[in-house]
Amino acid sequence: MKAGEDMHVDVLVVGAGPAGLSAAAELRRLGVRSVLVADREPEPGGIPRHSLHTGYGLRDRRRLLTGPAYAGALAGAAAAAGAQLCPGATVTALAGTVATMTSPGGIESVRASAVLLATGCRERPRPARLVPGDRPPGVMTTGELQQRVYLGGQRLPGRAVVVGAEHVSFSAAMTLAHAGARVVALVTEHERQQSYAAFRLGAALRWRVPVWTSTAIHRVVGRQRLSGVEVADVRTGSVRFVPCDTVVFTGDWIPDHELARAAGLAMDPGTRGPSVDTTLRTSAAGVFAAGNLVHAAETADVAALSGRHAARHIAAALGGAPGSRRLPMRAEPPLRWISPNAIAVGAVPPAPPLGRFVLRSREFRHLARLEVRQDGRPLFRSRPVRLIPNRPVRLGAAWLARVDPAGGPVRVVIGGRLAR
Amino acid sequence: MTDTADVAIIGAGVVGTAIARTLAGYRLDCVLLDAATDVGTGTSKANTAILHTGFDARPGSLEARLLRRGSELLWSYAAAAGIPVERTGALLVAWTPEQAAALPSIAANARRNGYGAVRPVSAAELYAREPWLGPGAVAGLEVPDEGIICPWTTPLAFATEAVGAGVRLLLGAAVTGVSAHADGRHELATARGPVRCRWVVNAAGLGSDVIDRMFGGGGFTIRPRRGELVVFDKLARPLLRSILLPVPTARTKGVLVAPTVYGNVLLGPTADDVRDRCDRGTTGPGLRSLLEAGRRILPRLAEEEVTSCYAGLRAATEHPDYVISADGRRRYACAAGIRSTGISASLAIAEHVVSLLAAAGLPLRPRRDRPAPPEMPYIGEEGLRPYRDAKRIAADPAYGRIVCHCERVTLGEIRDAMAGPLPPADLGGLRRRTRVMNGRCQGFYCAATVSRLFASSGRAGPGT
Repeated sequence: MKAGEDMHVDVLVVGAGPAGLSAAAELRRLGVRSVLVADREPEPGGIPRHSLHTGYGLRDRRRLLTGPAYAGALAGAAAAAGAQLCPGATVTALAGTVATMTSPGGIESVRASAVLLATGCRERPRPARLVPGDRPPGVMTTGELQQRVYLGGQRLPGRAVVVGAEHVSFSAAMTLAHAGARVVALVTEHERQQSYAAFRLGAALRWRVPVWTSTAIHRVVGRQRLSGVEVADVRTGSVRFVPCDTVVFTGDWIPDHELARAAGLAMDPGTRGPSVDTTLRTSAAGVFAAGNLVHAAETADVAALSGRHAARHIAAALGGAPGSRRLPMRAEPPLRWISPNAIAVGAVPPAPPLGRFVLRSREFRHLARLEVRQDGRPLFRSRPVRLIPNRPVRLGAAWLARVDPAGGPVRVVIGGRLAR
Repeated sequence: MTDTADVAIIGAGVVGTAIARTLAGYRLDCVLLDAATDVGTGTSKANTAILHTGFDARPGSLEARLLRRGSELLWSYAAAAGIPVERTGALLVAWTPEQAAALPSIAANARRNGYGAVRPVSAAELYAREPWLGPGAVAGLEVPDEGIICPWTTPLAFATEAVGAGVRLLLGAAVTGVSAHADGRHELATARGPVRCRWVVNAAGLGSDVIDRMFGGGGFTIRPRRGELVVFDKLARPLLRSILLPVPTARTKGVLVAPTVYGNVLLGPTADDVRDRCDRGTTGPGLRSLLEAGRRILPRLAEEEVTSCYAGLRAATEHPDYVISADGRRRYACAAGIRSTGISASLAIAEHVVSLLAAAGLPLRPRRDRPAPPEMPYIGEEGLRPYRDAKRIAADPAYGRIVCHCERVTLGEIRDAMAGPLPPADLGGLRRRTRVMNGRCQGFYCAATVSRLFASSGRAGPGT
């Protein structure tokens, strides 16, 4: 392939994380001839590459692996299936299904019949959270922390504060402990932590990490180097200083949606990823999106299965299956978002990935019922569920058959509360 | 070891480097000192990065004159040296009838400053040109020659040119005292040893009054004025075309919204007098007030992500104008109180200081081989960056290896910066030379890699 020539492929997958690699393997398995997976990082695998702890692969590979082992298995499977992996290649622009790509090999134009965006998500860094104060080194996200510690072998002696108390926050605490830091506390503005009991108890017992709830980071202090953070009690406003040498801002995910936005795809205001229907089609013909780009952030195995789901619908579309009309769907406050956020209507409406929708809530609710409505007509009422901010809430999809294809948008609301 | 020179310039900000560059055009032996480990790390690095016309300066002031001349010089210098600049123009927006009533006098002020291109603009035209402008704009003024510039490349270019012409750059060399040496020279005590020189130029910015007192001055006191700024994601860039200026008050130019040469949108600055000359921290109230102002000026900004928040300190004094003078008896010149217009006026300030030095008795013999502007690595967004340059990648694949994804900085550019004539002393210096780690993820993806690249190039430990 000479620079300047156009490359033609059946499917271009942008992003070689769990979603992109799983999609590529599935596309090949379904008989799609040429599948190119471009990733801007020097190695395929995505975020799991630098997450050394175990817990990967449960849902998609039916076994437990460390992050790097999981990333390697997915990349190996995609390559073995005949997908062309192209790491170190950045897709810098997308017009329709034609991508512009920069790599050490030059600048190439890739013409695809279909494109799958699987660009993942990142954590909001400190400035995006508008945390004031000084700007010393030692302030980072979990992503940076894990690369420093697991890929770079960096030691981080001293005291550390973790901002956030969700799943990834405990993961950051483990990484810090691994790097030799003493984790002073996990700090969350919420009234409770938001991780899973087993994980939390494990961390609490093994490293004795306290969780300070209803606490916000008020200011970062330290000019040449970090000396600590001021934390504020969100209820009383009282502020105190906590000395530390490292601060890790965790969670608060945002999709890496820049390519999607630059390509002019319709965006979902809730997920902030491209708006996708139950087949993971975006608003643009031939462009699909999967993984944490459309639900930031689910676990890697959920992202992988989302990629497989998209692959099946891409293969069907390449085989001549017509695209269906889409009905918008939205989750109403205190729900933050729902994914997918549109319904592909048809005689037999296709189910969403894993047969369910995934949602997030802004607030804690002990027992709440999710209600699905269309034009005031109730379609479904769930059993009571617990709502925890930053934790997935699932909604089955059996009610899709009751959707009126000619009707208005479908809304998901919190129904009558049973108890708090 | 004692360093001896004809002229020592204290302060390697945009003013000091400009003076060093101008003096390098003469047969003089110069040394450029700075307390920091890099050039341009004070007021020069944290500001609104606007290349002013000086339309709103006080007529008859030295600042007005030097701004007008300096901006002309810098537009052509930037083009020659590859400093990112864009002539976006500015719209001064009046939000109340009172502000609208002030516009004619601002236009008249501009004409008195020798700038006649300002033009009244109706509310309808404002919205036609800036469709995302918030509701309630009454009228405006167009200032077509206001522009945006890279505040990091500018002092680096001046310093690179000066160093290339033989000026010695002495970093980490805080000046702690001065004495008269037996040979009649000044002897500066610095953190890097004594520096003996015939003449001293004080361009020490926030520290210029301290240096001035060492030379028996005391005519001014620096009163740092902190300006907090918020940088929005590149996805906000399509929200505006020009710099959106407020109607200024006596105290400050007010909160503006401007594009940056890196393709972002900048909101700020605040203006708070502070005591502490090192307090570059942002504050909760400051950031909140900026976001509120931003929501009024460009409501859609509120939906975009914030990439960075920072604060800079303007070196204001009790005087309304620049404090620039030279004294032949003491063989000492001073360029202080440059506040917020240093980049725009820098080349004219240098010209002015050098003419004052000549009048005060510094012998100036032009060099036959006058240095030319250096070719700086281009880090703007508008022009051709290496990652989009097929020829460059074909010649060297390192320019096709993107390391920092948000800013699309390649391995080739990082390597070049580390091997350049003024290599960075820390990660902050690398950021200012390449834009690496300055993007929306703030290092989530690349900080670990960049830190390793920096460390493996054999330089000192990481900073920001």
